[in-house]
Amino acid sequence: MKFEGTSSYIATEDLKVAVNAAITLERPIIVKGEPGTGKTMLAHEVAQSLGADIITWHIKSTTKAQQGLYEYDAVTRLRDSQLGDEKVKDIKNYISKGKLWNAFESNKRPVLLIDEIDKADIEFPNDLLLELDKMEFFVYETGETIKAENRPIVIITSNNEKELPDAFLRRCFFHYIKFPDPDTMEEIVNVHYPEIKKDLIQEAFKIFYDIREVPGIKKKPSTSELIDWLKLLMTDDVDAKILREKDPKKLIPPLHGALLKNEQDVHLFERLAFISRRENENLE
Amino acid sequence: MFINFFFDLKQASLPVSLKEYLMLMEAMNKRVVDSFNVNDFYYLSRSALVKDERYLDKFDRVFGHSFKGLENSEGETEKEIPEEWLKLMGQKYLTDEEKKMVESLGGWDKLMETLKQRLEEQKKRHQGGSKWIGTGGTSPFGAYGYNPEGIRIGQKESRNKKAVKVWDKREFSNLDGDVELGTRNIKVALRRLRKFAREGVETELDLDNTIKSTAHKGYIDVKMMPERRNKIKVLLFFDVGGSMDAHVKICEELFSAARTEFKHMEYFYYHNCLYDAVWKDNKRRYNENIKTWDLLHKYPSDYKVIFVGDAEMSPYEITYPGGSVEFWNEESGETWLTRLLNIYENAIWLNPIPERYWDRISSASIIKQIFSDRMFPLTIEGIDQAMRELNK
Repeated sequence: MKFEGTSSYIATEDLKVAVNAAITLERPIIVKGEPGTGKTMLAHEVAQSLGADIITWHIKSTTKAQQGLYEYDAVTRLRDSQLGDEKVKDIKNYISKGKLWNAFESNKRPVLLIDEIDKADIEFPNDLLLELDKMEFFVYETGETIKAENRPIVIITSNNEKELPDAFLRRCFFHYIKFPDPDTMEEIVNVHYPEIKKDLIQEAFKIFYDIREVPGIKKKPSTSELIDWLKLLMTDDVDAKILREKDPKKLIPPLHGALLKNEQDVHLFERLAFISRRENENLE
Repeated sequence: MFINFFFDLKQASLPVSLKEYLMLMEAMNKRVVDSFNVNDFYYLSRSALVKDERYLDKFDRVFGHSFKGLENSEGETEKEIPEEWLKLMGQKYLTDEEKKMVESLGGWDKLMETLKQRLEEQKKRHQGGSKWIGTGGTSPFGAYGYNPEGIRIGQKESRNKKAVKVWDKREFSNLDGDVELGTRNIKVALRRLRKFAREGVETELDLDNTIKSTAHKGYIDVKMMPERRNKIKVLLFFDVGGSMDAHVKICEELFSAARTEFKHMEYFYYHNCLYDAVWKDNKRRYNENIKTWDLLHKYPSDYKVIFVGDAEMSPYEITYPGGSVEFWNEESGETWLTRLLNIYENAIWLNPIPERYWDRISSASIIKQIFSDRMFPLTIEGIDQAMRELNK
């Protein structure tokens, strides 16, 4: 099994090495990076390229580690017992399997995506240490041990909202998706919009990377925002000439709503545009 | 050789453990990267040994140092940073005056030579180097905006051409940070300040009490109790603006950690020293400020007070009425601080400036004195000590 990237996903060399190491050594891989650099996409693409099933576990602030293993519904059982339901005799009827259980009993090696692990409580990763290390857990209610037949490929994404404990990190491979350079970015764009005009890309990139460089910007536009913006530019049939516009009165790029998602950023940008316009006027 | 590399990493205070090293060895053993390619080995070891993007730059430096010369045997030629780039950038951004300065330093060739030397030195020093070139106003390498972190320069060159070795590009350098705390550690440190109590609505089943009561009465008698909560109440004061701008990030981290850790937390902003008013929103500080007197009356004395500030100002701003740089203060900062300290028994001051400089800043010493030595550095260790102090 080897991951080589897919026709719809551009994987850099270092990313491939990291993913393949995780696959070969059967250890989880943690993927971090700016929002919108394709962390979640990666898991789906790995599954697709290996022909494996994908099991996704989206983490929320209220998610508990136990929920990934199984949940025992005592309340329903109590109610059933009062009604004299036959089901009540078998405790298994009241145990609902979690995502990890599903992944462990899969008969083909699946990809398990634990998405945005940093959203959960600070102790969450610690509670999963053993389960991810040994790929097995114990069900107290039935007394059985669930062990992975095929150790799943575990891909964990994090947005860096909380730091992960060291003990957890030590058991994983780690990859930081750095923001793509313009060349990689062009490949990515080509994958999404093969028919896009070259000059439009060039001008759009210039504006895009310029915006990212603006000091003090709160939310830097990311790959997925660039893709959206390009799509808007294409559907509106904006000409590359308009993007090349050097007229300081039109410094704010067309359809900027797709790139700047934050009110303060738009203000900041407008202010900068205003300043540069005034400077230009002074020069004249 | 790998063992040495491992120790080099350790020495550069990268948090690597034996487990990770063994993981790397296992990966090598299983031929995760099939060819004996240095680049692939670099990617693999990075992925196995570095678990936080903050350390990526440091790792790159150590890797470059440990495997120096290795790439030559690969047949990959060692190249310098193309001089043309610098010239090009110089022409673009330099003023005539600066160009003359370059000439006075012996021209471009000489400058390149020195630059190379300096880059070498930096690699050997392992740390603190990333700022050395680029920001120092006195360094000739700052003047023409040359940025060895590679991002800008890297853009000019396709990533496939490998003009510079991958790790030598040090693309992650701006993520490195020696003093960075991270909110996880702050939270753990803040957890020292806890006092649990059950108060309020009874929402939880009190199992022990239920069993006892059921056995006692002979029928099921459900007992409830309120949820266990952290009872600690905190007032946080943040210094904003001026010299504090350099510490914004760590203050933000402390703030977000504190907000999740303490249920009862009120925060206020001040500038340099506490005077007769504070404010809650920096945008509306002149319209919607809060009188310090109101604050002292409103919050009972069981609140714990944390001041965050660099305490770097003119001593007059503390000791004399009218000393404030922003407005005419009727009473001195010292009066206000003492007034506050008389009400709140548990109060500390967290200072983002390293402890060793405090004595040299007279205003910091004065404040430390006012706080009867309860000033702590804004580091994990410092917060830890501070929380112990507050718990007394």
